Amino acid sequence: MSDWNMLTLVGADRPGIVSRVTRALYEVGCHLGEASMIRLGGNFTIMLMVRGERSGQEILDALTPVSDELGLRAHLDPVHGGLHQHLVPNFQVRVTGADRAGIVAEVTGILASHGFNIQELESDVAGDRERPIYIMNIQGFCGETLETLESALSPLVEQGVSVDVSPVDLLIG
Amino acid sequence: MAILEILKLPDPRLKQVSAPVERFDDELRAFIADLEDTRRDGPAAVGIAAPQVGRFQRIVIVDVSGRPKTPNHGYLVLVNPEIVHWEGYAIGREGCLSVPDYTGNVIRATSLRLKTRDPDGREHEFAMEGYEARAVQHELDHLDGLLFVDRVVSRRTDLYRRKVYKI
Repeated sequence: MSDWNMLTLVGADRPGIVSRVTRALYEVGCHLGEASMIRLGGNFTIMLMVRGERSGQEILDALTPVSDELGLRAHLDPVHGGLHQHLVPNFQVRVTGADRAGIVAEVTGILASHGFNIQELESDVAGDRERPIYIMNIQGFCGETLETLESALSPLVEQGVSVDVSPVDLLIG
Repeated sequence: MAILEILKLPDPRLKQVSAPVERFDDELRAFIADLEDTRRDGPAAVGIAAPQVGRFQRIVIVDVSGRPKTPNHGYLVLVNPEIVHWEGYAIGREGCLSVPDYTGNVIRATSLRLKTRDPDGREHEFAMEGYEARAVQHELDHLDGLLFVDRVVSRRTDLYRRKVYKI
């Protein structure tokens, strides 16, 4: 049984959002867990683990003044799990190619068929409007070998997509 | 043989700068044996530094020989080590006995040259690369009160998108 909630906030980006949101959460007695904030296409986005005595509705109510003022949309879900459940990735997959529909589905479809569990994925569109370049970076865990993953992804390489798989070497010192 | 207690974040002593070893005696060598026992006692650590067990002297142990296909110099005890040359840079994922339940990406030099003494006070010089060089940099940071969390880089850092070529 977990008492965590996953709070998602999306809106136009501007300085000070994290500060205002976390201040409001602190003032209603919330504790924060793991969080991931990133700017996507000029938008502010955050997913944030939140825990406290208050109900989900009370948390959202406490955020309303801030989210109304800053134009944020808020969403809250109770979640299972909690802190201290990190998995360490053992592979990194970098993908670069001319942007076209389907790249992500093709790459991740191949990875999924080998039991690859994606733990982090970031993607971006670089280049310019005429010649957009899709760049994706995946980290995750897979029980198969580097060579197996490379050969599974090789059909994409033949189509002109650059796919590089490398081991993530964890060092404990 | 003794397993020493490992200092863990946020213990402020981990931020302390360690002093050079001046006496290369049996007491020092007995401590190093305990430090090695401590390294081997926990999760698979490839290195440990004296300040991690509360002894603020410039002593580290590095041993990456258990890892397949990794160039290495075996079991190394470095006393008063000093990196005299760095080259290249790469991102790698690190964790630490003093920072449980967290790993992060850190930029380190890919090869280096090192001057050091051994537990008997003799001088040595090593050239190392890759994983072993990374382990040495991680451990030497401890001697200056730095943890890998002080060097973690963003997941989105653009180094990911570059390949590093050796010149």
